[in-house]
Amino acid sequence: MTGGPDLVTPALLLSLGLFAIGAVGVFLRRNVITVFMCIELMLNAVNLAFVAFSRARATLDGQVLVFFVLTVAAAEAAVGLAIIIAAQRHKDTLDVDSFNLMKW
Amino acid sequence: MTLDAVLFYVFAAVAVASALVVVGQRSPAYSAFALIVTLCSLSAVFGLLGSPFIAVLQVVVYAGAIMVLFLFVLMLLDVKREERPRGRGWALKATAIALGSVLVVQVGTVLAALGPVPGAFRASTRQVARLLFSAPYLYVFEASSILILAALVGAVVLAKSDS
Amino acid sequence: MSPVQEELLIATIKVVVFFNLFLALFSFMTYAERRLLAFMQFRLGPNRVGPFGILQPVADGIKLFFKEEAMPAGANKWLFVSAPALAIVTAFLSIAVVPYGPTVRLFGRDIQLQIADLDVGVLFLFAISSLGVYGIVMAGWAANNKYTLLGGLRSSAQMFSYELSLGMSWVGAIMLASSFRIADIVESQAGPWGLLHWNFLRQGLGFLVYLVAATAEVNRTPFDLPEAETELVAGFHTEYSSMRFALLQMAEYVNMMTVAAVGASLFFGGWLAPVPALQRVLGHDIGLLWFLLKMGAGLFFFIWLRGTLPRFRYDQLMHFGWKVLVPLAVLNILGTAAWVAFR
Repeated sequence: MTGGPDLVTPALLLSLGLFAIGAVGVFLRRNVITVFMCIELMLNAVNLAFVAFSRARATLDGQVLVFFVLTVAAAEAAVGLAIIIAAQRHKDTLDVDSFNLMKW
Repeated sequence: MTLDAVLFYVFAAVAVASALVVVGQRSPAYSAFALIVTLCSLSAVFGLLGSPFIAVLQVVVYAGAIMVLFLFVLMLLDVKREERPRGRGWALKATAIALGSVLVVQVGTVLAALGPVPGAFRASTRQVARLLFSAPYLYVFEASSILILAALVGAVVLAKSDS
Repeated sequence: MSPVQEELLIATIKVVVFFNLFLALFSFMTYAERRLLAFMQFRLGPNRVGPFGILQPVADGIKLFFKEEAMPAGANKWLFVSAPALAIVTAFLSIAVVPYGPTVRLFGRDIQLQIADLDVGVLFLFAISSLGVYGIVMAGWAANNKYTLLGGLRSSAQMFSYELSLGMSWVGAIMLASSFRIADIVESQAGPWGLLHWNFLRQGLGFLVYLVAATAEVNRTPFDLPEAETELVAGFHTEYSSMRFALLQMAEYVNMMTVAAVGASLFFGGWLAPVPALQRVLGHDIGLLWFLLKMGAGLFFFIWLRGTLPRFRYDQLMHFGWKVLVPLAVLNILGTAAWVAFR
């Protein structure tokens, strides 16, 4: 396998599409866990962009950055889900709109 | 159409379809499983773009660990309730379209500025490791291990019940 | 025929051969386990169907085929149906990267006895075992039953806890071979002293950690609390009957066989003979036979464990996985790394 030199542009377009879908999901969904999953989708779109650029420039920095994005995403998922569990315990709901105590 | 290109389009289609399911599906559990499908097809795309190490890492970390975490939380919180997506009126839609066009313009300029792509490229794990463990990425690596420790402690403290 | 088509044809034939080999081994295992367990418990086991009861798997298959496929009322239809499918797919994916023998010469070309010779073979195994959790989680959750949910959650928590030490036990072997490719790791165990070069001696601690972690990973006794018949009814596969249950059982046995095959490759020299002189018989490399022998020994060991040890309680199980195995595995990695760095 040559690693797909002519797949870079389609890969970037795919990354754009997935990012857009994830962003729409973050705006439209009501369940906080689903919103979180759409954020993970956006992170993955960014990973794809990194890998595509790494391929386009024939350097490995993109892949190393993806490694770190993966690590940070794991840490963020753990803490985020813990926060969601704690919040749900207090309010007994997972509706994003109901966490509005700091609204002016 | 080379085999690579055919496989890429197949996996890209699967990724987009399951991403739409993630966003459109009303039950969060189905969204979670659809996200797993998206992650695995993206992993295949990574492999096709010449980075087998990241492809496998994606499955191990994202699809194999983070999504298990999501599923556990979904099942423990018993989120079987379905929810209607909220319609938020024209302001949100207008913002979405404006930002979307900015994004498209940005990606377009980037694509136009990309030079010719080198022919063959396959990153072995050894090469990635060599880059990862040399400065400055080595310091980032050590810092990220401390980050994971902090996240671990934070998650345990946050999720503990007040008993 | 172009080279790509030729390669695809060879790969397809390999897939068909190994898939059927594992299916045949699976049905033999169901019989062998019952027979051997019976002998260990001083009774006879199935001996009526066919000579020495050898046709028992056939009888079991026919029975399962004709049983009614029941689905509980509030069950999630899609997930209920796809959980066994996912379990079996992830179980069979791992067999693709294990080298079953050396490169043989058949029909005038060199054929590797391995379906997919990945450069990141060991990482691929790790990835597939991470995905194996989902079949169980789905199965436990989809049946709309508190007991299966608890059984599924327990089982998957156990699986990914021991997965960590499982993966780390391989790192020592990887460091000694300085490659993720399983064929390289097998070849790193070759040497004039045969048996003494194998990783179960060079990586003793890693091997012990692997042994325990692999038994826990495939939910075998003494770590089979989540699916034992006396606990939580039958755990996550309570609500499954007929072919779906057969698929879940098949997934478990194939996982066991994979784990035995991987252990044979990474710690027991794969297709190498214990004494180098026995590697070739009549000019042919009988590595495949040695590999099957080792895999069989591993499977016998699993059955032996089941007939001998009582099971762990769940909290003892989790405590052991996290507080004993993970530190031991890390110790092994540090020791091996120090040795590799300073030799």
